[in-house]
Amino acid sequence: MTAALFEQVAQELAPAGGAPEVAHGVLVLNIEPEAVATTAKALKERFGFDLFLDVTAVDWPERAPRFDVVYHFYSMRDHVRVRVKTRVPESDPVVDTLVPLYGSARYMERECHEMYGILFRGNDDLRPLLLYEGFVGHPLRKDYPKQQEQPLVPYRK
Amino acid sequence: MTAGNLPGHQRGGAFDYFTTKKDEFVGWARKFSLFPYPFVTACCGMEFMSVSSTPYDTDRFGAALPRFTPRQSDLLMVVGTISHKQAPVLKRVYEQMCEPKWVMAFGACATSGGFYQNYAAVPGIDKIIPVDVYVPGCPPRPEMVIDGIMKLQDRIAAQRHPIINKDF
Repeated sequence: MTAALFEQVAQELAPAGGAPEVAHGVLVLNIEPEAVATTAKALKERFGFDLFLDVTAVDWPERAPRFDVVYHFYSMRDHVRVRVKTRVPESDPVVDTLVPLYGSARYMERECHEMYGILFRGNDDLRPLLLYEGFVGHPLRKDYPKQQEQPLVPYRK
Repeated sequence: MTAGNLPGHQRGGAFDYFTTKKDEFVGWARKFSLFPYPFVTACCGMEFMSVSSTPYDTDRFGAALPRFTPRQSDLLMVVGTISHKQAPVLKRVYEQMCEPKWVMAFGACATSGGFYQNYAAVPGIDKIIPVDVYVPGCPPRPEMVIDGIMKLQDRIAAQRHPIINKDF
């Protein structure tokens, strides 16, 4: 059942070059950044992946393009997960927003934006969520100094 | 026999007055009426619940009645990690408390930032507000909290209260 669904999803959505794989029971699709919105739309509307679990990023400082943007989708009908990965460069870390498809993407994209600096085109509310206004940089990038603080209250002497 | 007729309780009897030093009397009164404001942000809160409820019972030290407004409290207990985003809130709460006021740093995070040393956590609340007593531990044992309260009580009892001071 799951294998058949994965087969079908991979056949329809995986690009010609990127070989789909199954890792820890999750189908992994490697796609181009431009294909994120159409892939998510197909997953939701044709294959029943109705729950948007997460979007996050992975920083590979030595690699070009530097960032992986990683999405997870869940099907409450079939109880299976799909992971969608795409690569964006440091100079233009932009992917399309999924807010029109999944309202819950709004907050996850805000968090991913402030932590990694990924821009979600079409999400009009990318204010800091866990961080605060005035915070400079993206703390989960590998080149953010791990002890650098940006206090809001001046320290006592 | 009514209470007024008990031996030693008559007007002019043995318990009609007592003598003490004013400083000691004020200190004694204050040290058993600590009204804590629990500023609970993290997992140390579980230990705070443990120490303030029956088996350990900070009420024995007069420090069990939490006031959930800083204006009515005199002991600010900072229980848990303080993030940089939260620091302005903590400072404002401290400034809203009336004198006399004391601050307890409850647990490793409030004392020094604990094991956090990153973009998010304040490395000890004493960077922001003055602290009177530090209780280390992750989380501290209830005995340590009680020990901290008793040390603070000793400190309160030893404070001087001159009739004429710089403000008056």
